[in-house]
Amino acid sequence: MNFVRQAIAYLLTVRNWTGPVGLAARLAEHLEYTAIALGAAALIAVPLGLIIGHTRRGTLLVVGTVNALRSLPTMGVLLLGVLLFGLGAAPTLVALALLGVPSLLAGTYAGVAGVDPAAVDAARALGMTETQVLRRVEVPNALPAILGGLRNATLQVVATATVAAYASLGGLGRYLIDGIKERQFHLALVGALAVAALALVLDGVLAAAVWASAPGTGRLGGYPRRDRHHTCQ
Amino acid sequence: MHYLLTHLDDARALTVVHLRLALLPVLLGLAIAVPLAVAVQRAPLARRLTTATASVVFTIPSLALFVVLPVILGTRLLDEANVIVALTSYTAALLVRAVLEALDTVPATVRDAAAALGYPKLTRIMKVDLPLAIPNLIAGLRVVVVTNIAMVSVGSVIGIGGLGAWFTEGYNTDKSDQIVAGILLLFTLAVVIDGLIVLAGRVATPWTRAVR
Repeated sequence: MNFVRQAIAYLLTVRNWTGPVGLAARLAEHLEYTAIALGAAALIAVPLGLIIGHTRRGTLLVVGTVNALRSLPTMGVLLLGVLLFGLGAAPTLVALALLGVPSLLAGTYAGVAGVDPAAVDAARALGMTETQVLRRVEVPNALPAILGGLRNATLQVVATATVAAYASLGGLGRYLIDGIKERQFHLALVGALAVAALALVLDGVLAAAVWASAPGTGRLGGYPRRDRHHTCQ
Repeated sequence: MHYLLTHLDDARALTVVHLRLALLPVLLGLAIAVPLAVAVQRAPLARRLTTATASVVFTIPSLALFVVLPVILGTRLLDEANVIVALTSYTAALLVRAVLEALDTVPATVRDAAAALGYPKLTRIMKVDLPLAIPNLIAGLRVVVVTNIAMVSVGSVIGIGGLGAWFTEGYNTDKSDQIVAGILLLFTLAVVIDGLIVLAGRVATPWTRAVR
């Protein structure tokens, strides 16, 4: 229990939060890795998921890619990347991006493919082009599923970004890895608590985003909320 | 590839440890999640509490849990028990949600029909509700097993056994061959075990393929 007291004392000391290797800087690094990796993953996964979900072509490709990527041990890919391409952020970020792809791809694809076919047909009957159908009907209706995919991807990437420290990068993993290497277990605990707290906060934010994006609720403020009493069914 | 072929004994020993650390929690998690889901399904407050706890547990990064658990359990940092408890928690957290969702989809008419046939409640749950939950359970299990296999390898960062040791060892001794061998082996393991679960699911739900 001594480690716990030391860890809490460490977290409560302002001096430990400031400076180039302070907690605040490490937290910023951790968020930076996470954001870049997720951005790259979204750039690949979201358009692919939208196209496949809209055209319904290449469903097998999605299932295959998702399963294969999930089975790939990120830890190994990351360390192999560093070994082959040298230290630096790029190999780590590529490995983390690969980790984010399956959840985002699965969420986007399932979201778009799951939109009520009647709504899609109605949009076509109104004369919308395929791009309009995708942008105005399928994406808004699939948004909760897409953001749900982002939520899962974020959890995995935040957790795994800890490993970046093993490849001599920064982030909150530094405390964990150094703490264990130098037998300063209270530092390892500081890292663990900080990563867990960060994951919980990000998950809470994205859960709120999923809630806000529910179609037909006007929670995103896209159109004025209809008065319940005057709605004709 | 060469590394794998010249270190077969090593590979076998590490695979056994890896699978024990990854799969024992799956069995334990199942044993916790299924009865828990059945118990809280019709109790709104307990159900809310369970799903809320489950989502918080699932959010905590594995490496963090590997480090925090020794403090809570009083185990040593490198004790296998930490990994087993951590992965059991994840497994139970994910499966309890899957089983609850599955139980919710059992049509009321089916329940009533079973009751009319004279099934006592427990028998109905065992013979009607849970079998109908198998497809959901299988979907949850597939995610859990693949994730667990990956999580055990992350444990090698802090020195916990399994095939992840080939990653850290290969990295520290500059042997990319060893890392590639580890990736290949883990990838194959995940694919094979995933396939086995799908197969088990098909065998357990013959009615989904019945001729109409």
